[in-house]
Amino acid sequence: MAATTTAQAPADAQRAASRPVGLTILTVFTALMLLVATYMAFIYAPTERTMGAVQRIFYFHVGAAWAGALAFLVTAIAGVVYLITGKRSWDIVGHSSVEVGLALVTITLTSGPIWAQFAWGKPWTWDPKLTSAAVMWLSYAAYLMLRQGLDDPARRARFGAVYGIVAFASVIMTYFGVRFIEATIHPVVVGSSAGTGEGDFGLATRMVHAMVFSFITFTFVYATLLWHRIRLERLSDRVARLKAHFFSQSG
Amino acid sequence: MTLEAEKQRPAIHPAARRPTSLFRAAAAIVWKDLRAEWRSKETVSAMLVFALLAIMVFSFALEFDRTGREASSAGVLWATLVFAGTLGLGRSLGREKDQGCLDGLLLTPVDRSALYFGKLAGNFIFMGVVALILLPVMSVLFDVSFFRPLIVPALILGILGYAGVGTLIASMSIYTRGREVLLPILLLPIALSILIPAVRATRGLLEGIPFDELLVWFNMLAATNVIYIALAYMLFDFVVEE
Repeated sequence: MAATTTAQAPADAQRAASRPVGLTILTVFTALMLLVATYMAFIYAPTERTMGAVQRIFYFHVGAAWAGALAFLVTAIAGVVYLITGKRSWDIVGHSSVEVGLALVTITLTSGPIWAQFAWGKPWTWDPKLTSAAVMWLSYAAYLMLRQGLDDPARRARFGAVYGIVAFASVIMTYFGVRFIEATIHPVVVGSSAGTGEGDFGLATRMVHAMVFSFITFTFVYATLLWHRIRLERLSDRVARLKAHFFSQSG
Repeated sequence: MTLEAEKQRPAIHPAARRPTSLFRAAAAIVWKDLRAEWRSKETVSAMLVFALLAIMVFSFALEFDRTGREASSAGVLWATLVFAGTLGLGRSLGREKDQGCLDGLLLTPVDRSALYFGKLAGNFIFMGVVALILLPVMSVLFDVSFFRPLIVPALILGILGYAGVGTLIASMSIYTRGREVLLPILLLPIALSILIPAVRATRGLLEGIPFDELLVWFNMLAATNVIYIALAYMLFDFVVEE
């Protein structure tokens, strides 16, 4: 048993350490898409009539918000699957998705107030969308702190799964809770509801192109970062295994 | 126990062989918590003193005038309850862990959810007692009458939801390093969806807004309760699993 392990180890290590071709292709492709998305947001899309150039924030703002919410949905689903199957890979997916999602929501939360300062005259309101985005950020920051505070890997995985599910439910409910307080002033650009927002704007065809492209781009950004992050976690697992193996032999 | 003693032991009554029902097991845990609390009076007194201090802090930090006091008394009540509740939740679960009682409870042949519902009920009662004492105190200090019949369902639903999700979160935070710090961090973002409708409903009642208009908040409180307690019921097994 020990002999086969040592014989396999170098080949195995080679395979695990080298980056998969698919990931390299995806990374390059996503970088290109980001370049195109930047072009579309800044040059291709026409300047909005009343708000001017600041409206261009919107393309990345909305794209990142969508991908962030998707990331947390993935965490909740991965949590459910982990609790059923108990497979470490689902724990890795859930954890990695939170880290990527948190970065994406940070983009949304920083770009939003810049836009709002111009459109609403103040950077922040307690609007449903803003509140739930802020709660989302805080909940998943807490998720990472929870994981950090636990030493036992199995417990860390279980608690992460449980908290990921509860946090997702709470974000949805916070959104609905605040929505009852008053009509949203956040522009409703996507969807059929009548615009009650301040700073609502209709989208010209080219704006729609830029927006849809930004959605797709950020989905790719999310997928790429997630893959990198999962791979990193796998490698760190591997290092831990090799260390344990090494010390058990030399000890 | 020797074989001899085994033989001499009276036959076990058939009823005792039956698995304990969920309700009876949960009731036993509540009873245990209440008796321990009755003897030590540690948790509720700490929550209460903390709550009174919080009210002091709020009234000086916010420098209320008359209208300000009326408008924000519902918010002060709930913020105080939530902070005091966090204190109680941390103690209630932390004590089980420290004394090794949690392991003992997990070894008993009852459903794990009995443990959850038992702790939930205990925490609900502790927070309820604090709320009952806070109401007259705040009515006097803030010169606002909290004694309206509908405030009771608002308090019950709000506290139940908070204790419901709080019991689940606290049973995770007790395993972490620096658990006292982590509990509010984990709990408060989740509890916001209970706090929002609870504050709105209470404030509406204090301002004398008719019930029809406040119904949406009560509905939301009820819905949040159902979702959180159902989730916690399903997930609690995984939290205490060894």
